[in-house]
Amino acid sequence: MAFNKDSVGGTLAVAFMVCLVCAVVVSTAAVTLRPTQEANRILDRQVNILRAAGRYEPGVDVQAEFAKIDRRFVDIETGEYVDMPDDFDQRRAARDDEMGRRLSSDQDIASIRRQSRVAEVYIVRDDEGQAERLILPIHGYGLWSTMYGFLSLETDISTIAGVVFYEHGETPGLGGEIENPRWRSLWEGKQLFDDDGDVAFQVIKGSVDSGTPDAEHKVDGLSGATLTANGVTNMVRFWAGENGFGPYLERLKNDSSLLN
Amino acid sequence: MAEKKKDILFQPIFDNNPIALQILGICSALAVTTQLSTTLTMCVALTFVLVFSNLFVSVIRSAIPSSIRIIVQMTIIASLVIVVDQFLRAYAYDISRQLSVFVGLIITNCIVMGRAEAFAMKNPPGVSFLDGLGNAFGYSVVLIAVGFARELFGSGSLFGIEVMPLVTEGGWYYSNGLMLLPPSAFFLIGLFIWALRAWKPEQVEEEQFVMAPNSRTSDVY
Repeated sequence: MAFNKDSVGGTLAVAFMVCLVCAVVVSTAAVTLRPTQEANRILDRQVNILRAAGRYEPGVDVQAEFAKIDRRFVDIETGEYVDMPDDFDQRRAARDDEMGRRLSSDQDIASIRRQSRVAEVYIVRDDEGQAERLILPIHGYGLWSTMYGFLSLETDISTIAGVVFYEHGETPGLGGEIENPRWRSLWEGKQLFDDDGDVAFQVIKGSVDSGTPDAEHKVDGLSGATLTANGVTNMVRFWAGENGFGPYLERLKNDSSLLN
Repeated sequence: MAEKKKDILFQPIFDNNPIALQILGICSALAVTTQLSTTLTMCVALTFVLVFSNLFVSVIRSAIPSSIRIIVQMTIIASLVIVVDQFLRAYAYDISRQLSVFVGLIITNCIVMGRAEAFAMKNPPGVSFLDGLGNAFGYSVVLIAVGFARELFGSGSLFGIEVMPLVTEGGWYYSNGLMLLPPSAFFLIGLFIWALRAWKPEQVEEEQFVMAPNSRTSDVY
């Protein structure tokens, strides 16, 4: 019997074969390349931590620089240090029933729904081992996607030393400009908390008038990306607030020896 | 026959350029041409996808049922694009982050679909391969020209290497910010098409509407 490609059976057979071959090709590529991609992802994360720490320059030995950074684990509710295995994965922990917790809608201003009970922090040290900066991993929902970043604070626990966003799916050219180095540099020196100790940081719409009294808490908005900018404000407020690193930061302010 | 093969390979570069004459695949040309390094990566990625989609579609062209031919072409193209994307993520992580969604959008690049449907479905694998290569070259020529101008005048550099020192970094060159925005690619492609059609006037399309002479000129004045 001759093969009739235009019969129903023939059409289904061809469709099936094409799918099978393509599936094999795609999954082979995905599986064999995964270790390299994973290594890239980890390297990229380290580079971004170094960037937030102000230690990154092209060509720098990432591993060696990264060794000067201390990774600690903080209990979100109490703000105390806890011990965790090295392969602790905060994103996985957030999804876990025991390791993570669900946020109620009034708590969840950053729209992340679930949060790990234990969070990583990074303490950047100078050559003498003195703490220079504190780096907090933060994430929150923007316009389309969850944005992941690192917020770096000076040792006074209020002055922002830098920020980076390393993973997001915001519109390239609009919300995607959160990666723009020039915009990120506007964050440097801004104050996270006001005099009463409340989180006052905000990305505003338009540009900041440096004459206004609370200009030290405000960063210029990104044109065409108001919703992304609101997401950034919410995520900073969430992670600096009582459901985020608030208790930990409060303890640090009272006792700076916790950075050692 | 050899002459024909040469035509298939080289005609799409200037005589039948997919961007300049057929005006296909413009969207990625706007998005990825602010820097030459991303432009070049995009060209390589598109060349790979176009050449192999043409080849594979052509190999199985006689077995593809006509009722599902578009979806079969799409499946092949999409698989190739995913493979390219995975490779970029593994070996050119930074560039793949800059290209972000635009690698995935090669799937919907009209040039790839257009060549698969218009050429590879009707021709043997060998010439389909050459046709893919030729069209990819045509696309690349335009993209590299646009990328060259945009990076040079927009950032004063080529491949990230400083050519004209910017005023902001103590040099003399005031960068043209428009060049970094997508509309500038439209202008540049327009200029490219203008130059090409001035050189090869046979590419100028016939006017679809003829302007009527103004009926009032002579009577009143």
